[in-house]
Amino acid sequence: MTALPRRSLLAAGLFLGLTGIAHAQAPAPASERFITVASTTSTQDSGLFNHILPLFKAKTGIEVRVISQGTGQALDTARRGDADVVFVHARAQELKFVEEGFSTERRPVMYNDFVLIGPKSDPAGVAGTRDIVAALKKIQEKAAPFVSRGDKSGTHAAELNLWKVAGVDTAAQKGPWYREIGQGMGAALNTSGAMGAYVLSDRATWISFKNRGDLVISVEGDQRLFNQYGVMSVNPAKHPHVKVADGKLFADWLTSPEGQKAIADYKIDGQQLFFPNAGQAGA
Amino acid sequence: MDVGAIFQAAFALVVGLDPGFLGIVFLSLRVTLTAVLIAALIGLPLGAALALARFPGRAAIIVCLNALMGLPPVVAGLAVFLLLSRSGPLGPLGLLFTPTAMIIAQVILVLPIVIALTRQVIEDLWSEYRDHLRSVGLDGLRAIPTLLFDGRFALATALLAGFGRASAEVGAVLIVGGNIAGYTRTMTTAITLETSKGDLPLALGLGLVLLSLTLAINAIAFGASRIGARYAG
Repeated sequence: MTALPRRSLLAAGLFLGLTGIAHAQAPAPASERFITVASTTSTQDSGLFNHILPLFKAKTGIEVRVISQGTGQALDTARRGDADVVFVHARAQELKFVEEGFSTERRPVMYNDFVLIGPKSDPAGVAGTRDIVAALKKIQEKAAPFVSRGDKSGTHAAELNLWKVAGVDTAAQKGPWYREIGQGMGAALNTSGAMGAYVLSDRATWISFKNRGDLVISVEGDQRLFNQYGVMSVNPAKHPHVKVADGKLFADWLTSPEGQKAIADYKIDGQQLFFPNAGQAGA
Repeated sequence: MDVGAIFQAAFALVVGLDPGFLGIVFLSLRVTLTAVLIAALIGLPLGAALALARFPGRAAIIVCLNALMGLPPVVAGLAVFLLLSRSGPLGPLGLLFTPTAMIIAQVILVLPIVIALTRQVIEDLWSEYRDHLRSVGLDGLRAIPTLLFDGRFALATALLAGFGRASAEVGAVLIVGGNIAGYTRTMTTAITLETSKGDLPLALGLGLVLLSLTLAINAIAFGASRIGARYAG
């Protein structure tokens, strides 16, 4: 068969071509020293990490690989040992994480606040008010559409707490107006825009969100809308392989004057997205 | 939404040659093409062997492989995730949230397509040329290299189908890769991220670039097979 040499040539060429693409065109080699941080969608989607991580890397040479998930999922990722550090926003869940022994210390880092987003047409008549609990009660009375994250994220936990204070049993309301979508903050905002529904969002994601359509801030400024972020490094007693020293370096840096300044410096259109408060008692 | 904004976003991405964007494109190609290559190295001989061999349970295996062509990517991703997680059986390898994990997940998605389509192609060829091949002394498994070579154009289409499945999917790579910026972010996970950030023109612009790449790779494969057909007759 005369085709034989050509055949092997073809095969060799194909092989070399494919592996060539596999290796030669690989992105610049990632630095050897890295940590994995499980964090929330708000810190990632708002662009905060793009702003602060290069500063941390320049100082320490450590690359930070961020997995952005809802707070509940991020904590579970760390519980399985798949992250070295968690940086999330649900105080009660974080304290439980420490209590279970997955971390030895939770440190407050920064805060911002939640805002109630709604359609301009304001079907529940709550726009411009400050009392979030009264606003939620009105939404329920009018059965105005409300989108819930429904993904065990920090924002979802905060929303459920507020409904509880309002005395509304959301579990019994699912369906007609209370719509659980089980997705991240951005997806929830996209959905609310399309449905003309109310939704609770952290302010940072809202400020950086680009597909607002008819959505506006309906309620803001209530003290109960406070949103605290905390950082914890994973306890090596639970997962011996975690990078304790480098993880601690990152947590130390976030709570140091330098890291705190980097957080405060991050702005979109002149608006500060996160307010550093490391070391504040009870935060 | 303004259609012009989509093309503008796509154009800016390509013309700007932003290193972050190029990294995403290269990683997508690297993961997908490596997965297809591995699936081809395993799947072509295995599919051909399955076409020629006769053994009890063969029909059941063929049906299962055909069904696996419809395996939901998110299920494959979840299985690989649980396998590679630090709390899973292969945890000590530390492969979760790496490009290697993404390649593994995509091999699982592409392999059934390559095996099932190869089996069909080779079985048809075998029934056509069986007598001829036997007369030149090629029987049973020894006929596999010749059959694979003779079916190369149909098999190239099988590999392209596998490539299409791998390059288009987001469910598996998102779960096992973690969409880490500059490390495991691919075209499809970047599209997902930009959608959730509400930057729909950029998301669709990325989609346009991905489609163009797929088109280019298919055009290259088509051209190569044309040239091959002319010379190798």
